Amino acid sequence: MRVTRPFTRAQRTIVVYGMLTFVLMLVVLQLWLLTATMNAFLGGDTSVIWPAAWVSLVCLLLNLGLLGYLYRIERTRT
Amino acid sequence: MPDPVRRPIDVRIDSPGREGLTGTVPASVYAPLADQEQITVAPDGRPMEEQPSWRADFPIDWPQDEYVERRDFMKFLVLISLAFTAGQFWIVMENYWRRGTGQPDIRRVASLDDIPVGGATTFAYPGEHDPCVLVRPAENVVVAYSQKCTHLSCAVRPLVDRGLLQCPCHEGAFELSSGRPVAGPPSRPLPVVQLQVRGREVFATGIDQRTV
Repeated sequence: MRVTRPFTRAQRTIVVYGMLTFVLMLVVLQLWLLTATMNAFLGGDTSVIWPAAWVSLVCLLLNLGLLGYLYRIERTRT
Repeated sequence: MPDPVRRPIDVRIDSPGREGLTGTVPASVYAPLADQEQITVAPDGRPMEEQPSWRADFPIDWPQDEYVERRDFMKFLVLISLAFTAGQFWIVMENYWRRGTGQPDIRRVASLDDIPVGGATTFAYPGEHDPCVLVRPAENVVVAYSQKCTHLSCAVRPLVDRGLLQCPCHEGAFELSSGRPVAGPPSRPLPVVQLQVRGREVFATGIDQRTV
């Protein structure tokens, strides 16, 4: 039988710190992607536009997934 | 109502007074543990009795405060992430719009008779809000570039004797012969206006944007 125990507040704080670190790295990656893509676009190089847009979208989905997980562990609180 | 003689004992298995008890004793024997969620700790880690009075007067649940702050910061970062993704797709849309406009028209922009050797003139190409500069550094040489600096779009000015196009806003400089940045903050070359000289007339035939 699977037992689901809610996280304590201390555990949730550690979890949110870990997720925050990951989200921060993804956002920095997205910032770099945006500046590099803008530079390429203004220079007439359009080959990177679509790949950069997809990678940025994947980063956003990862971030939303982590945020969703945060909401889920909030709901299991006692 | 608990027995006043028997003090409730700690529920933890290694606590004093619990020795010999089994799981068959009534629950009222045990003292309830404090809820972990209700225990607050001041930032310096000392107990509340040792804290200054102002902290006792305005109690804050510090661990909860820390948790909520980090959680809200994470939400804000996800919002930023959404904005960056929207920016990426805005570039995609701009690219489609730019493709839709097609190649610019061929247009007469100057006459060699109007530009002395070492002189320059300005014109708008391809649109009326796209200022360009045409320079004649030698008798049979004409070059033209977008006049917008690739740093922050200030107007560049030709310094023919030094072989430069200079941006006065932030002291950026571009090579006159190629349009490549040689000084200051610009990192991209100036877009080149492709020219054709037919007789004494100079025609613009297109724009060549470059990243390096």
